Amino acid sequence: MENNKFLDIKGLNVSFYTQKGVVRAVRDLDLWINKGETLALVGESGCGKSVTASSIIRLIPSPPGKIESGEIFLDGQDILKLSEEEMQKIRGDKISMIFQDPMTSLNPVFKIGDQIAEIFITHYGLKKKEALERAVEMLDMVKIPSPEKRVKSYPHQLSGGMRQRVMIAMALASPHPGIMIADEPTTALDVTIQAQILDLMKELQEKIQMSLLLITHDMGVVAEMASRVAVMYAGRKVESADVYSIFEKPFHPYTVGLLNSMPSNEKYKHNARLEAIEGNVPNLLEIGDGCPFENRCKYAKDICRNKFPEIKDMGNNHHVWCHFAGELNF
Amino acid sequence: MSFLKLFKSENVANNSESIWYENWQLLKKNKSAMFGLYIIIFFVLIAIFAPVVAPFDPYAQNIDIRKLPFFSWPYILGTDDFGRDILSRIIYGARISLVIGFISVSISLIFGSFIGLISGFYGGWIDKISMRIIDIMLAFPYILLTIVIVALLGPTLLNAMIAIGIARLPQYARIMRASVLAEKAAEYVEAEKSLGVGNVELMFRSILPNCLAPIIVQATLGVGSAIIESAALSFLGLGAQPPTPEWGLMIASAREFVSSAWWIVTFPGIAILFVVLGFNLLGDGIRDVLDPRLKD
Ligand SMILES: Nc1ncnc2c1ncn2[C@@H]1O[C@H](COP(=O)(O)OP(=O)(O)O)[C@@H](O)[C@H]1O
Ligand SMILES: [Mg+2]
Repeated sequence: MENNKFLDIKGLNVSFYTQKGVVRAVRDLDLWINKGETLALVGESGCGKSVTASSIIRLIPSPPGKIESGEIFLDGQDILKLSEEEMQKIRGDKISMIFQDPMTSLNPVFKIGDQIAEIFITHYGLKKKEALERAVEMLDMVKIPSPEKRVKSYPHQLSGGMRQRVMIAMALASPHPGIMIADEPTTALDVTIQAQILDLMKELQEKIQMSLLLITHDMGVVAEMASRVAVMYAGRKVESADVYSIFEKPFHPYTVGLLNSMPSNEKYKHNARLEAIEGNVPNLLEIGDGCPFENRCKYAKDICRNKFPEIKDMGNNHHVWCHFAGELNF
Repeated sequence: MSFLKLFKSENVANNSESIWYENWQLLKKNKSAMFGLYIIIFFVLIAIFAPVVAPFDPYAQNIDIRKLPFFSWPYILGTDDFGRDILSRIIYGARISLVIGFISVSISLIFGSFIGLISGFYGGWIDKISMRIIDIMLAFPYILLTIVIVALLGPTLLNAMIAIGIARLPQYARIMRASVLAEKAAEYVEAEKSLGVGNVELMFRSILPNCLAPIIVQATLGVGSAIIESAALSFLGLGAQPPTPEWGLMIASAREFVSSAWWIVTFPGIAILFVVLGFNLLGDGIRDVLDPRLKD
């Protein structure tokens, strides 16, 4: 089993040293993704999802950011031990990333064909002409109509959905696509376009057997795409399980809150109105060693304030970090 | 985001016009900018074809025809105190003035942009040191700084260009640094990093082209001011030396005749006025096109 993990994060801690103090954006995070698998990383905004993603590709802005400790094994190799030059070779090769805003994630002054071709020139050493031919193939693969014409377009001439397709094409142009990190890839798109992009990602991922780390705060997207889910809250992982058990039997009060706030969830419709989770995400500067969800949790007791819970194994690879996991009735 | 007009995504045209082409189309509609451009083209043509269009040798002196008033055929604009044809001297002067404008602006453009690009991109101590030096340069009154540099290098035309270029360089560095800081935060930079693009390539190939717009505006306006400044330096005796037909120098060497032979100083002055006007109109027009925020 162990060697089947394409990505394996162990005990990751990431902090930002700001003028107001140290922000512990990611704390003691363990996360793994098997080959060809989709893991959804969910949580409210500000909980450390993007910081986790940037750590995996080692693009945490530093200063102020710093990876304090931990190991990130990518295809068996601890990338935190690599030099910057070695890491640069891995980016856009084994690992690639798609960003939230397709409006701004392409360089506005270059034709999209040239931008895709650049990858073939850098990573494959192709000549410009061949690289452009490959760019056309890539656009075709992500189902952009009349790709021969489109390579000559500038980003501002494409719609948001088209641009996100171009981003996917660029991510998949890498020579050894092992894992793709998609940081809220559809948040900025219309609902209908969202579905198309997700379908495309799923199809291509299955085709090339690539792992996908899908970051989202939309439980609907999770249900659609993921095989496993990790729920993050204020820099910590609070629950992880396969997608079926998360929806069927969540154990963490925060996960329950997330599911309750999802409009189309049949299971939770009867016992709760569509409800937002009360209260606010704690300030990461002031956060103590207790359970970060304690101030918003209606089941919180003294112990929650003082101590972050140990991992609880609920069977079937379902893990929860809650003192009262299994004892609460939602 | 950047100065460029990027926000026309509804305009999903099949034509693949670049942003620069689109901007050129917009600029063409701007009448005053086009007028400025025509003035510049006019002077550039005159400068290139000076030997053909100039009726006389600009250096040929003739004591018999000193200070002929204008419209004294065939000396259309009259002659100066050495009997040289003023029109011919102005035509040859266009060469000098334009060369001064372009060279000194190129100096500040290249070095200033480079400094701004490096300090904006790398930040940290590189940024701190270079920006403090820039601050010190900006603390000097501009013309004083130019004079100091010329005084150090020696009063020749070439040194005047270098001095003007150096003295104006801080502005370009500042502008470039500000655009780089804005662009550096853009998501496409992050995206290119995630594709394994290295720092040097990021800086020059990805970020720099996105920072050109404000620098181009500055450079266009800068040619005009450089021409005025070199005229001022020559007027002060720190630039071109006699008998060079430099416009500033022509004004300076005939200033004692302002009341008796006014045309000797006036026509070079008018030439300066028009060239500078041309560059200013064009520069303002380019700014209007590239920076939609300034539009009403
Ligand atoms: N460049 C930065 N400087 C300081 N703090 C940061 C920076 N980037 C992220 N953080 C902190 O890390 C926390 C997690 O951010 P992020 O991972 O972007 O959240 P999200 O889950 O919405 O993607 C934020 O609350 C923020 O305080
Ligand atoms: Mg985020």
